[in-house]
Amino acid sequence: MRRYVEYFLATARISILSQIQYRVANYFYMIGMIAEPVIYLVVWSTIAKQLGGVVGGYTAGAFAAYYIVWTLVRNMNIVFTPFGWENRIREGELSMSLMRPVHPIISDIAYFSGWKVVVIILWIPIAIFLAWIFKPTIEFTVLKAIVFFIAIWGAFLIRTMLLSLLGMITFWTTRVSAIFDLYFALELILSGRLVPMTLMPAWVQNLSNYLPFKYTFFFPIDALVGNMSTNELWMGIGMQIFWITLGASLLSLVWRVAIKQFSAVGG
Amino acid sequence: MNLFKIAWTYLRIGVMNELQYRVNFFIQILQSVIAVATGLIGLSLVFGQVDNLSGWSRPELLAVMGVHILMGGVIRSAIQPNMERLMNDVLNGTLDFALTKPADAQTLVSVREFRFWQLTDVLVGLVILVIAVIQLQTKMYALQIVAFLAALILGGIMLYCVWLMVTSIAFWVIRVGDIVDLFQGLFAAGRWPISVYPDWLRTGMTFLVPVAFAVTMPAEAVTNRLTSESMLFAFGLTLLFMLLARGVWLLGLRSYSGASA
Repeated sequence: MRRYVEYFLATARISILSQIQYRVANYFYMIGMIAEPVIYLVVWSTIAKQLGGVVGGYTAGAFAAYYIVWTLVRNMNIVFTPFGWENRIREGELSMSLMRPVHPIISDIAYFSGWKVVVIILWIPIAIFLAWIFKPTIEFTVLKAIVFFIAIWGAFLIRTMLLSLLGMITFWTTRVSAIFDLYFALELILSGRLVPMTLMPAWVQNLSNYLPFKYTFFFPIDALVGNMSTNELWMGIGMQIFWITLGASLLSLVWRVAIKQFSAVGG
Repeated sequence: MNLFKIAWTYLRIGVMNELQYRVNFFIQILQSVIAVATGLIGLSLVFGQVDNLSGWSRPELLAVMGVHILMGGVIRSAIQPNMERLMNDVLNGTLDFALTKPADAQTLVSVREFRFWQLTDVLVGLVILVIAVIQLQTKMYALQIVAFLAALILGGIMLYCVWLMVTSIAFWVIRVGDIVDLFQGLFAAGRWPISVYPDWLRTGMTFLVPVAFAVTMPAEAVTNRLTSESMLFAFGLTLLFMLLARGVWLLGLRSYSGASA
């Protein structure tokens, strides 16, 4: 166990150091990502204004708060992509990771965790800039901040499980781009990435309660900017733990079958 | 003309290459359908709350969406693949192969690649546009169609020029892949008419990334909003962009130091 912790910390530290080197590239990437929430924000605050200030319980200021926090949650949600898995498997790179005495997913998580530290630091000036332009209304409490801090890491882990599972399809077939697109479209709608879930029709909201997507976007954001009760906040964390556990179990199950499919080509 | 002959030849090779992979066509259709469905869901969420967005009705916004998908198809089939190859060539020093050919290098690097199946999006965009026009229940006059086509072509040229300029930055900084992400993010903003956006953003979308001209203007032609002044302005701006792009390209080429291909 101690060996694992040491490995994890070392990998995370390497990742922090190397990603700081690429801070300009990281920044371009993060700024490019801002276009998406700004588009949603502009459209929905226009609608709120047209309707006299509020839509679905959100004012223009509340939308601003939602989509600014969105930018951090989105960055936390970046994990090793299914496209990366496809590459890894097709190019035979995976053989190398299989030689190591650590599960490749553990090293993915470690590497991306380190990267997240850099991302959070780089995000702060972006958030200040966006807040200066869009004037969010937000009420902080210590509890909300604590739950939010836990929830963004929970979101990161849930999404790691989901996308790694998705990526493992490439053990069987490499024609997967349409499947990935379908997944990302479903996620867009059912997670709160497109709009806060409360703006969705009731049946969609209902459906999203039984799926993991909501806990990677809407829950962390709403935990900070919304008005959840203490009970609801901890329930959300509980659901995150549930989905992480379920995802991890599925992953180890699929991994055992999948790895038998793998025939290395070079690497 | 010689240049057109070269472009035509490369186009034919590109099409023949792609026709070998027919399954890709079905995958492309599936992806287009997913993209359209997501777009429609977005629209229906908006119009579940209001009956117009900054003065644009539902069928009018559908027209904007149609043009956006169509233009996206043009970019992904003809512009982006060429520019990505150019980027790689600069990075690896293999641009030598294009430069030593006895034709204009800018033309060559702009026509070498063509992704035929991506044209699916052009078709899908057109279908959506036709549906939008039918829903609008206004008569389309020949002049409007001409204005629409002209706006589309001018917008396409402007987008190409901006892509070429952005890609030419590669001559100085080598790694520009992330700038491309930035560009794509901004192009996504064209999904909505630019009148929705605040002033500072609108300026950027007009002059930095001309989605205003590439997407909103053709849609304006279809929805009876286009004035002849803005059309003239677009024409002038296109010429300016072409000159600028040529200048940046030539300047960049001077910094190219082929790393032994």
